[in-house]
Amino acid sequence: MLRFILRRLLIIIPMALLVVTLTWGLIRLAPGNFYSGEKKLPAAVEAAIRKKYGLDEPWYKQYGMMMANVVRGDFGDSLKYPGQSVNEIIRRHLPYSATIGILAYFLALFVGMLAGTYAALKQNSVFDFGPMALAMLGLSIPNFVIAPVLVILFAFWLYVFPPARWGGASSLVLPVVTLAAVYAAYIARLTRAGMLEVLRSDFVRTARAKGLDDRTVLFRHAFRGGILPVVSFTGPALAALLAGTVVVEKVFALPGLGDIFIKAVLNRDEPLVLGIVAFLSILIMVFNLIVDVSYGFLDPRIRYE
Amino acid sequence: MSGTAETIISVEKLKTYFDTEDGRVMAVDDVTFELKKGETLGIVGESGSGKSVTNLSILRLIPEPPGKIAAGKIIFDGDDLLQLSVEELRKVRGKRIAMVFQDPMTSLNPFLKISTQLTEVTRLHLGHTHGEAREHAIKMLKLVGIPDAEVRIDGYPHELSGGMRQRVMIAMALSCDPELLIADEPTTALDVTIQAQILELIKDLKARMGTSVILITHDLGVVAGMTDHVIVMYAGKIFERARTADLFSRPGNPYTRGLLRSVPDPEHERGEPLYQIPGLPPDLADPPPGCPFAPRCDRTEDICRTEFPPFVELHSGHHSLCHFAREVWEESLQTAGVDRRELEDIRSVDG
Repeated sequence: MLRFILRRLLIIIPMALLVVTLTWGLIRLAPGNFYSGEKKLPAAVEAAIRKKYGLDEPWYKQYGMMMANVVRGDFGDSLKYPGQSVNEIIRRHLPYSATIGILAYFLALFVGMLAGTYAALKQNSVFDFGPMALAMLGLSIPNFVIAPVLVILFAFWLYVFPPARWGGASSLVLPVVTLAAVYAAYIARLTRAGMLEVLRSDFVRTARAKGLDDRTVLFRHAFRGGILPVVSFTGPALAALLAGTVVVEKVFALPGLGDIFIKAVLNRDEPLVLGIVAFLSILIMVFNLIVDVSYGFLDPRIRYE
Repeated sequence: MSGTAETIISVEKLKTYFDTEDGRVMAVDDVTFELKKGETLGIVGESGSGKSVTNLSILRLIPEPPGKIAAGKIIFDGDDLLQLSVEELRKVRGKRIAMVFQDPMTSLNPFLKISTQLTEVTRLHLGHTHGEAREHAIKMLKLVGIPDAEVRIDGYPHELSGGMRQRVMIAMALSCDPELLIADEPTTALDVTIQAQILELIKDLKARMGTSVILITHDLGVVAGMTDHVIVMYAGKIFERARTADLFSRPGNPYTRGLLRSVPDPEHERGEPLYQIPGLPPDLADPPPGCPFAPRCDRTEDICRTEFPPFVELHSGHHSLCHFAREVWEESLQTAGVDRRELEDIRSVDG
């Protein structure tokens, strides 16, 4: 088990470097530059800029220089915000995204598993179709529709929550709910499917035949197997939530990582893009590892080799 | 086999159906039987004949919907199990009536330790403390012949072989010393040598603990070696009901006769095809008019296709659902369907 975790942690390093390499290549293939604007720069100025940032060197030298820094965990300074290091920018904006992400994650998990389990227990009744129809809506209505609708409802009509910006607990409610909606819907459907399968299984029938009450049958015998599909979904989901989502941050004017990331791409801010991509890829791999490990705790048949 | 022994359970005119996409399927249709204390009843039939549904209905373990127990009574110790509240029924389940299911690979919870699965029954029904329950569980595991019970109890089901898992199932079922054990094809999923061991175990424990047993199987060899009475089911109905010896020596129903002829004979000529009943069981959502077995029967006449057959009493305790029950029974005497010596052969081959 410990060896398994150690090996998986070690694999993360080359994987992250590979992701950085691919991203670097893609940025280079994309047209445009961080310094190019509306007007064409004089040739001498452009040459000076290229020399300053080492862009006049052959590509393998540039790649080597970039990698040498990245391996040491140093992504350098942002090109668009001179004097600010990439690590600093990430550290500054991550807390906003992470706060909303983690809250949304737990909200989605709670609502989704509750609704899914309930729907499975009352299969083919109103209590099944109702939540599942809602879940279908949650899945199919995009964020950028849910967010403004919530703002109109709760900020402009009912005056209960602020419509945007960061400030106090009440300002978190709308973005968290918006963000959680899709995930809650997905988790509800996964839970329902998983629970239905387990509730039909032979060992649940055995548990009933033993005279156990419904609660014991559900929580002791069915729940663990029923939520396995949810567990494998939640790892990558949490990574995505922590990293911030552009739409929610834009609509609610929050200074999160997602917004910074999109701007960095549009600005061709190469160090910042590489830094955020590396951070995200490590996050996803770590959470996948956590999922795999927790699988082992849930299902004793899984062995780590 | 005395007629004075107390009746432990009697099932009266039980009807259970399932609503499917093809319509309503009468899985159990008007089934009546009783079992005396300490006896073993065999229920045989093809897949889909309703034998499992009959027994799941006893403890109301039919998934509802789509299933429904529509009518009938199941009298156990003076109470109609179909009328009990769920709380009262739970006190019967696992404590006074226990079940062993067909597939030990899927019937034990793969996520829980064997100790949890065994001790929860006695803690619930016998009020055992954690320590008592564990001690009792180890005793039960030893009783069913699990080696290293003290170690195995802390393992998970997947660490055991199929035969061992079925032993655990039996230990679990018997841990509250139930009055009735329902074993639903307990050996079907196991290989032949293990089958014999498990049957021997059930027989032995039954003798020691005085449990009454309902044994569901499609294997006539198992029935021959284990049971006092037999019920033959087909298309959700009881086709024949008799003492085991009578059924084998003198069947009164063409379907039973066909089943008996299908048992391979060790002296069977090489190259000769084995006997089989032609055709397939009827679609229960759309049963044929008249006798459900008529399309496959070797002595069908016009009346069989139009009129439902009567349940004829051939002699005390021997009934057959057939328009020609008496004739078939008479013929069986002449041809001696399977004689006693052959019955012994069947026992020694399968039992």
